[in-house]
Amino acid sequence: MTGETTPRASDTPGTEGTPGTEGTLGTEGTPGTEGTPGTEGTLGTEGVPAGETPRPIGTAGAGDVREFSWASLSDQARKGIAATGHGLAFLGLALPGLILSLLILALTLPGPGLVVYGLGQHHNAARDALALALPALCVSLFLASRLLLAIRPLAGLTRRLSGRWCGVPIADPYLPRPGADGRKAGLGRRLIWPLTDQATWRDLLWATVNGCVGWLLAVLPAGLLVLGVLGVIAPYAPGYARVLTVAAAVFGLWAAPLLLRGYGYLARSMLAPTRQAELALRVRHLAETRTEALDTGAAEIRRIERDLHDGAQARLVAMGMTLDAAGQIIDTNPEAARALLYEARDASVKALAELRALVRGIHPPVLADRGLADAIQALALDAPMRIHVASDLYGRPSAPIESAAYFAVSELLANVSKHAEARETWIDIRHTDGMLRIGVTDNGHGGADPARGSGLRGIERRLAAFDGVTAISSPPGGPTAVTMEIPCELSLPKTSSS
Amino acid sequence: MRVVIAEDLFLLRDGLTRMLQAHGLEITAAVDNGADLLAAVAEDQPDVAIVDVRLPPTFTDEGIRAALAARKTAPGLPVLVLSQYVEQLYARELLASGSGGIGYLLKDRVFDSAQFVDAVRRVAAGGTAMDPEVIARLLARNTGNASIGALSPREREVLALMAEGRSNAAIAQRLVITERAVAKHTASIFLKLDLQPSDDDNRRVLAVLAYLEG
Repeated sequence: MTGETTPRASDTPGTEGTPGTEGTLGTEGTPGTEGTPGTEGTLGTEGVPAGETPRPIGTAGAGDVREFSWASLSDQARKGIAATGHGLAFLGLALPGLILSLLILALTLPGPGLVVYGLGQHHNAARDALALALPALCVSLFLASRLLLAIRPLAGLTRRLSGRWCGVPIADPYLPRPGADGRKAGLGRRLIWPLTDQATWRDLLWATVNGCVGWLLAVLPAGLLVLGVLGVIAPYAPGYARVLTVAAAVFGLWAAPLLLRGYGYLARSMLAPTRQAELALRVRHLAETRTEALDTGAAEIRRIERDLHDGAQARLVAMGMTLDAAGQIIDTNPEAARALLYEARDASVKALAELRALVRGIHPPVLADRGLADAIQALALDAPMRIHVASDLYGRPSAPIESAAYFAVSELLANVSKHAEARETWIDIRHTDGMLRIGVTDNGHGGADPARGSGLRGIERRLAAFDGVTAISSPPGGPTAVTMEIPCELSLPKTSSS
Repeated sequence: MRVVIAEDLFLLRDGLTRMLQAHGLEITAAVDNGADLLAAVAEDQPDVAIVDVRLPPTFTDEGIRAALAARKTAPGLPVLVLSQYVEQLYARELLASGSGGIGYLLKDRVFDSAQFVDAVRRVAAGGTAMDPEVIARLLARNTGNASIGALSPREREVLALMAEGRSNAAIAQRLVITERAVAKHTASIFLKLDLQPSDDDNRRVLAVLAYLEG
């Protein structure tokens, strides 16, 4: 069982799926199709191989050896048609965006317009114009800020669809609303906060550009297709025109996935977070995880203090009293004194056992001695089910990360044996591209939901302190696959100095 | 019997030395690190080495590594490893380091000096002394196992003592039954677990452990 290699981890559905944003990963039925991890771009490798879907949508099989066959041709055609349809859907999104952006322009212009007009007039006329301009400015600012917010759902939908259809995932760029962190925000701040977020203006830019020209890219294949159909059914078209239009339609179908991908990149250029927004989000994430980490740390220390106080300390006190009693009667009743001494000895054994259990909960000795892989191997040996551990760690992560990863796996195994009714579990530990990846897959009955159990949430929180993310795929009926990723470097193994 | 001790805490080293001397064992060297242990083993040719797991300089698993190294340079050297905690991982590595003459006990076990000295003698004679906690965890892990489920409670007790490395005579004494009864129990255990019976105590232990490790 030691070091058994497992081919399992890679062919289990879902283990490949890389996490989504903010470490809250969906339990959507299609893990892996969402693509890349996007925790504020720190993990941000765009289109990493791991995120490549089993059936890459919109990549037109780039890099494959192209062999002609009817199957591949029909596959191409299917992709082309799908991409064409998706392009039309994007057109549907572009229209309301354009209407909104025009509305915003129309509403905002009168206020400044009146100011400009008023400045150009003489006394009375200028006073009237400026008197009107002030309320007009206020109203248009207010309306514009509301309408700008209305663009957000459209932009958000585009971001999600871009990830799903174009293979270009886009992270959310918005700053938190005032008051989202529980503090009270002033009235003015509450009214105009959308205007102060750069992402709002970039959304507006996107809605305008997309509404004017961007959609052309998306609907080009559909247009060519229509042209082709017209060419065929038009009654008086010359032969060469028919051939040309049909060729254009075929080209459109072939190019549709590429165009859709291009559209995704265009969307990302405007909808993705800017560097500044990324930093702002990062600061927020760090502040949150730091608070959580400190809270958990403090709670742990309280627990340890309580355990020591009620356990080992109390036993030592009792031992002292027993020994004292033995000393009192040792001359008069040596037999009873001997019994007391043995009692004290047994109490010391119990105190030691409690201290051992406590130490195991704080920092397991094998973890300190041998590192993550062996510590997880030791966990596996103690578990009531069969566990296969495969590891290719050539060094050791830093101690806090090792500890977090160890307790995450320990918690997962506890979950598996409590809920999953699994017979076997596979643990796969590897380090690639500056990322520690641990996959835990069981053949139990699935249906694990992080929203209900506090255990999975706890793991997510624990790892979030290290920018780690957790992905869970647990369809009813199983298997359950949990993938954890923590960015870290490995230190070279310590050389034995004996 | 000649003993080498490697233990870095002075109080424990001193206590062990005095306790073993009180039971008539000869302490040829008491050292506080792995390198000195290897030197003492080479020089004194002891009958058994008692080694703490945590030793300087790294205070991790130096003791295990020193014990394994000592068994490589002096093949068959009986080694008794002491630790504040027991790990199945280490138990396996020690058991795999050669046939017999291996012990792995919690430090708590020195509180019962008679039993501890008994374990030292057993290991020195080429036997095995596994800590009951290791065995308990192996057994707990296998409770779902059908053949272990088929054992009677008494047979399970005998199995645990057998896995610790005790002879039939010791088991009989411990459970306050006759040796004949123990022999009957062991035969039944071997039958139920489908193990090859063996007269050799050590091979018997290894068979049981191999079975428990699944």
